[in-house]
Amino acid sequence: MGLDIRWPIGLMFTLIGALLTAFGALNAAGSQALGININLIWGIVLLVFGAAMLLGAIRGSKKPPTA
Amino acid sequence: MQPIQLQWIDYTILIAYVAFVIGIGWALSRYMKTSADFLTSARSIPTWVTGLAFISANLGALELVGMAASGAKYGISTAHFYWLGAIPAMIFLAVFMMPFYYGSKARSVPEYLKMRFDERVRALNSVAFAVMTIFASGISMNALAKLLNQLLGWNYDLALWICSGVVLLYVLKGGLTSAIYTEVLQFFMIVLGFAPVVYLGLKDVGGWHAMTHSLQGVAVDTVAAKGAEYAANAWTSAWQPLLAGPSHNPMGVDLFAMVFGLGFVLSFGYWCTNFLVVQRAMAAKNMAAARNTPLVAAVPKMFFPFLVIVPGMIAVALTAMPSKDYRIPPPVISQENYTRAIEAVKAANPGDPGAAASAVEAALGEKVHAEKLTSLVADNAKSQLTDTQIKAGIYNSIAAYDYDGVILSLVKKYCPAGMLGLALTALLASFMSGMAGNVTAFNTVFTYDLYQAYFVKDRSDKHYFWAGKVVTVAGIVLSIAAAYFASMYNNAMDIIQLVFGFVNAPLFATFLLGMFWKRTTGTGAFLGLFFGIAGSALFHAVTIAAGNPPGVKGGYLAVLQTFPSEMAQNFWLASFAFSACFVLTVAISLATKSQKTDEDLKGLVYSLTPKIKPGDVPFYMQPGVVGIVLLVVCVIMNFIFW
Repeated sequence: MGLDIRWPIGLMFTLIGALLTAFGALNAAGSQALGININLIWGIVLLVFGAAMLLGAIRGSKKPPTA
Repeated sequence: MQPIQLQWIDYTILIAYVAFVIGIGWALSRYMKTSADFLTSARSIPTWVTGLAFISANLGALELVGMAASGAKYGISTAHFYWLGAIPAMIFLAVFMMPFYYGSKARSVPEYLKMRFDERVRALNSVAFAVMTIFASGISMNALAKLLNQLLGWNYDLALWICSGVVLLYVLKGGLTSAIYTEVLQFFMIVLGFAPVVYLGLKDVGGWHAMTHSLQGVAVDTVAAKGAEYAANAWTSAWQPLLAGPSHNPMGVDLFAMVFGLGFVLSFGYWCTNFLVVQRAMAAKNMAAARNTPLVAAVPKMFFPFLVIVPGMIAVALTAMPSKDYRIPPPVISQENYTRAIEAVKAANPGDPGAAASAVEAALGEKVHAEKLTSLVADNAKSQLTDTQIKAGIYNSIAAYDYDGVILSLVKKYCPAGMLGLALTALLASFMSGMAGNVTAFNTVFTYDLYQAYFVKDRSDKHYFWAGKVVTVAGIVLSIAAAYFASMYNNAMDIIQLVFGFVNAPLFATFLLGMFWKRTTGTGAFLGLFFGIAGSALFHAVTIAAGNPPGVKGGYLAVLQTFPSEMAQNFWLASFAFSACFVLTVAISLATKSQKTDEDLKGLVYSLTPKIKPGDVPFYMQPGVVGIVLLVVCVIMNFIFW
């Protein structure tokens, strides 16, 4: 309906992913869980997910609208 | 629950989420032109979206919190809710029932009932449903405000009104579509927010096998400590403890009650008739999409036990491992009681451990583990411990468990700032979506099935669109009132859940007979449903679970039957109510005349509806085939955790 949900989902997770990645990279000591820099790793996962969603949204907007 | 401090990154994630959900509502508002757009999404939503919204609508925070709690209490048997109950019901809905819901062009489940039967049945269903959604919404918001209050120290009233305000903003602007879109967002938040916690928990406990080993130890300890009759696999096997009998599994249920009561009556009753979830399928683009929605939803649902139930099992396993410095949180105890307990420890005589334990128990109002308290008293006698250390020692020795606190305690344990914000936002998202989903279901049923059907008929669509908005606001306000009600009366939640059970249990019989037996009459359906609900209440009034006092838990008229556990009582109540409604509906239908002709019922009843042609859908994508594949996977899951 008008708005492709992949846009907001993609945008939000890209944003949060970038935030977490930056935080994990700059504050590695405060991002530890069981010896893993979880903010950095999961931040990257979220970035990838967000980017994939945005890719889907971009490709969706290129298609002519279906009847 | 000790309050936690959030850092700027946690708040940023939270604010980002809130900004996005409000933004989605705003962006959708320009597409809201008719009441159908606003209240039913006018059949415009793609399948993957309706599919994810379908499970997300059900995946409220109470489900997240509750499944972790049940995972701790009952182990992998909790998965029966998914692998025995939900998945088969969703497949049945997709293959057999969606054609009637969608094909009838009914705008809601009660409207289907009106088309199939008459206004009486519709009225009964819509009134009951409207009341239930408001209370469900209120319970959700009360739990959220309480959580924010206990966890972050926010003011309860402020938290309640602000969160309700956020929900109101996006639902008022974008209607059902807003709720559906934010439910999809919430789905990804939950999966991405909690998967790391599960991973870290499994890593901490030493892996899956280490966890099951620890759980077997817990089962053995429970046998030794409480004389329970569990085998070692009580927490790690889904079927064997069940087959062994009610006294051999922590849930305390027998095979029939589990398979028929939960697996059939309660699950099918919820997934196949509850408009909250069915509404998402009815918003799909076309019939094929509508039938595929529950099937799409079934795929992630199949694997959700690993996300929501396993944390509970991890918590139990960790508590039994002394080197892990973790325990399932105790019930919330006030600071004054802790202070008194600290004094009791200081004043205790190390040579008389029994008196020390009793004194501390009296101060706290909870039982303690004697050995842990004895060693604490001894440590304090050796070297003066600080108050904080004594409090920690007392905390660790409390022998009562607040299972609802499990998922949060794991989040606190493993998540540094950043991940913490993500997990908490996921939790917040699911609470708010619990309100949004219920309010959007409420406003459709109230506007179409109550307002338009009985109060103000035959007005323009513009009028009903406006009415839908007013009802949305009213729904939020009523939910806030329900939240306050739930917060004031400890038993409120129990009573409300009870009433839900009374209403849901017989309902599936009505739909089953309505959709598959054309001879079912309006009078039969109405009286069958009505007396089914009354029968539930009566069953509850004369039965009780072992160990419960008569009252809100049942048995207040007399105690004709005692069940081994509350779950057993619930499942038997459901079985009884379904059967009573079924038998009554059949008997009364046979004795009354149908008001509808075969022509009226075309498209509403199985035998009078032309079979849906598969069209150009490949064989492996037809709902029936996909359903069978999913069932096979479900059986395999049951087999693996046998």
